[in-house]
Amino acid sequence: MISQILAVLIFLAMFALIISEKFERHYVTLGCGALMLILVFGFCMKSMEAVINTLSIHSFFEPGFWYTGSAVSEGSTGINWETILFIAGMMIMVEGLGKAGFFRWLCLQLAGLVRYRPVPIFITFMIMSAFLSMFIDSITVILFLAAVTVELCQLLHCNPVPMILSEIFCANLGGSATMCGDPPNIIIGTSLGLTFGDFLSNTGIMAGLSLVVTVVYFYLCFHKELAACGKTAPAPDHYPDPAEAITDRKEFLSSTAVFAVAVILLVTHAITGLTVSSIGVFIAILTLLIQHRHAKELLRKVDCKTLLFFVGLFVVVSGLEQTGILQIIASFISKVSGSNTMLMVAIILWISAVASAFIDNIPFAATMLPVIKSLSAVQGADLSMLAWTLSMGTDIGGSATPIGASANVVGISVSSREGHPIGWGTYCRYSAPATILVIAISMICIYIRYF
Amino acid sequence: MNQQLIVSVGREFGSGGHEIAACLAGRLNLKLYDHNLLDEIAHEHELASAVLHKYDEKPRRLFLSRNENGYSSSAEVGVAYLQFEYLKKKAEDGESFVVVGRCAETVLQQFPGLVSFFIVGDPEIKCARIRNLYHLSEKEALHKMQRHDQYRKKYHNYFCADRWGDSHTYDLCINSSRLGIEGTTDLLEAYINNKHKRHSTPDSASGNTFP
Repeated sequence: MISQILAVLIFLAMFALIISEKFERHYVTLGCGALMLILVFGFCMKSMEAVINTLSIHSFFEPGFWYTGSAVSEGSTGINWETILFIAGMMIMVEGLGKAGFFRWLCLQLAGLVRYRPVPIFITFMIMSAFLSMFIDSITVILFLAAVTVELCQLLHCNPVPMILSEIFCANLGGSATMCGDPPNIIIGTSLGLTFGDFLSNTGIMAGLSLVVTVVYFYLCFHKELAACGKTAPAPDHYPDPAEAITDRKEFLSSTAVFAVAVILLVTHAITGLTVSSIGVFIAILTLLIQHRHAKELLRKVDCKTLLFFVGLFVVVSGLEQTGILQIIASFISKVSGSNTMLMVAIILWISAVASAFIDNIPFAATMLPVIKSLSAVQGADLSMLAWTLSMGTDIGGSATPIGASANVVGISVSSREGHPIGWGTYCRYSAPATILVIAISMICIYIRYF
Repeated sequence: MNQQLIVSVGREFGSGGHEIAACLAGRLNLKLYDHNLLDEIAHEHELASAVLHKYDEKPRRLFLSRNENGYSSSAEVGVAYLQFEYLKKKAEDGESFVVVGRCAETVLQQFPGLVSFFIVGDPEIKCARIRNLYHLSEKEALHKMQRHDQYRKKYHNYFCADRWGDSHTYDLCINSSRLGIEGTTDLLEAYINNKHKRHSTPDSASGNTFP
């Protein structure tokens, strides 16, 4: 009982400190993780086994960590090193791509292809945002896309806010489509032994359908602003040249090739048997070999703070799991929904969405994952169905408010620093209804598919 | 003055800091940047100045904003950075000016021509001034004063390592209630001239020149 109370207190303190931003979030999770190991596992439970399971160092030496073959294995509790290695590998690849000028080149190339007309730019950038976010973290996608959008809008005498809001939403939507698009999906996928194809054929379909609706929705919201673009001033004489974005042609081509290899490896990982951790490591090594001249710089730019944040977070969540708190939450959901699985899906989906709109969706997904495992074991509900429900809830819910997801923060920041501040009112007026729309579509899709 | 001079004036609400800054700008024949900074930015970049003013010199709202890898969802933070960059650019171009608030003493601290002041005042005198200016009751004036000072403090301390109003942050902190607006302006002007004179003549000990 004392261990449970302590675990909950540490967890709540972690959340409160993350929200308060008094300390950097990796210090918070690492500090709370250390407290969980010492106080809960050490003093209260006196369980060395719980500490060993949580640190999960042994997972590196298990063949399933690197190669699963055709067998589907469920990850153990504790630190999900597979997620951490994969994210680290992708960070190095994305850094290499950015350095070579890939993202800026792609944005300018697409804008040129649609002849710099506002409505086609609006639509293609939304689709590109969703597509890139399927494979690359949404922060990087929005960082480049928003910067180019502001630049183009200045040339076209447009207000960039409608475009940036739509791009942010689509980045979050695209991230929900695949296993590697959003950290909650990586955590869910690696922990439950789900594949890239599993995600694509479930959340991918929901995201694809939602993208069509979203493009129409945002067009209807902003068609007047888009129509007014460029009417107050003449068209510019020249536009930025995509070729100028490329800093080094050889590195650009090789980085793009590495990206293509990463996509192929991810799409085929169920066939090849390679786990996401081995893909992450392979892609990182490949990038470092190709860009060996900048290898040190690329390694220095790896966001270690985020990786450490994950480490601490997994330890704290493991504390809740091993003290039985998450099972209590699972039985509560089970009691509320009775034996009605449809109601259970609705509860998980909407609670995940509302929670993710206000708090970081990564700790939320990591916390809810053992809950859905427990629900599946007790109620007999299809675990993968609950996984898609949790994934869509956490990934899409974050789009509703300016603080719900990392992409929102970065997009709003880029826009504000260029003189186009986006307040809560403006953001929520357009993105909150879109979020509700997509969550409703997801719920209908899950009901049609599983009931 | 051939050398660059940047005068930064931080102030408590009601202390007359803005008026003192305006007087200094007039006497030294320098441009004054206050909230008009946003109008200038808006004009240069074809932006909506009213939208920018909504977030001017306001602190970020703690539970309604989030930071991510050095980016902030707070529009207040975005507008503040926009002003900081603009001030830096003006300073890098060699322009001399007087700037009110906006963390200028920290943002522009690498420029040797910077002189920074912080104006405080006795609460009852500040309150009387606010009552006169805004036609408020004593209670309302006191509330307004406390609210604005709280905003300014939070705004400043979010961006700067040095604390708002701390004497170590500025060249000179002065209570405007003692000498009045005119007298305080005289003293600050004398300080600027004195400092300028000292640094523009070769120093026998170090050989340094101002800036």
